[in-house]
Amino acid sequence: MKPDDELIRARQRERARIMAWLLGLFAILLFFITLAKTGMNW
Amino acid sequence: MPTLATSEPAALPADWRDILALTKPRVMSLVVFTGLCGMWAAPHLPPLALGFTAILCIALGAGACGALNQWYEADVDAKMRRTASRPLPAGRMDRQSALHFGVGLAVFSVLLMGLAANWLAAALLAASILFYVFIYTVWLKPRTAQNIVIGGAAGAFPPLIGWVAATGSVDSLPLLLFAIIFLWTPPHFWALSLFVRSDYAAAGIPMLPVVSGVESTRRQIFLYSLPMAAAAILPWPLGLTGALYGGSAIVLNAVFLVLAARVLMNRTDEPSHMAAEKHLFSYSIFYLFALFAILVADRALAA
Repeated sequence: MKPDDELIRARQRERARIMAWLLGLFAILLFFITLAKTGMNW
Repeated sequence: MPTLATSEPAALPADWRDILALTKPRVMSLVVFTGLCGMWAAPHLPPLALGFTAILCIALGAGACGALNQWYEADVDAKMRRTASRPLPAGRMDRQSALHFGVGLAVFSVLLMGLAANWLAAALLAASILFYVFIYTVWLKPRTAQNIVIGGAAGAFPPLIGWVAATGSVDSLPLLLFAIIFLWTPPHFWALSLFVRSDYAAAGIPMLPVVSGVESTRRQIFLYSLPMAAAAILPWPLGLTGALYGGSAIVLNAVFLVLAARVLMNRTDEPSHMAAEKHLFSYSIFYLFALFAILVADRALAA
């Protein structure tokens, strides 16, 4: 693999990791929104 | 429409730090703070998860505005020292990605606000994003020296949105908070534009010092500071806040007016000798943080 390809892969990996974290946090946020909306306030 | 001069696709996918920089995090911090204060000043708070989500949506909406602003102004940003190193003019990111990111973030923030808080808050958030992008960035900013005066309304929305997210309705105090930021924006930005006016002139942006001159801008700064001070003190005589806020607002505004008067009396055109303008610009940021923080403290004490 050329050095440029390695850098592209590294960027893609980093962005995919951040996206996974954000989606996970969003799922948790949706869970708490649902609790609050259904009256089970935390 | 922006030209395609800087829209060549970048070979590399953008670094996440550049994507974050598109959202103008420093501007976002002031937006989040005023939105939070609008929510905390409301008579009752929403459940924690919904309040957090509403503030998150205000932050994401502000981030969308920053991204769309940088997408539209990439050519102009390339001509100014202050903005030339941003991801788009520096060529670290392609323009199409910035547009997709901005539009996606805007739609996501409005929908989530509507689902989590209420649709009035979502409508206000949508209005503030559309106002910032179309009325300020696209229409007013490149055409008139009054761009900041009318465009200031976009930055004045967050406390109103924060309040509406908590209560579901509009009241006189959040409207006054809107008025304070609306009237604060011209002196704040004109103080900055005085000592970076060569940048604005080079980019062809008709900021007031470029169009009307330095002396006229100094007069306008002082004149706009007067109604701003009146609007900032008004919640106290109207009985919307207590003496803590009233006394603090008088002191904070007195200092603001003294600094604005120093700017008025300054006679130099040389940016390196504009200490008075730089002081006013720095103080104006502190002023807004302090005023809103004291408002929340006052309301908390009264509750």
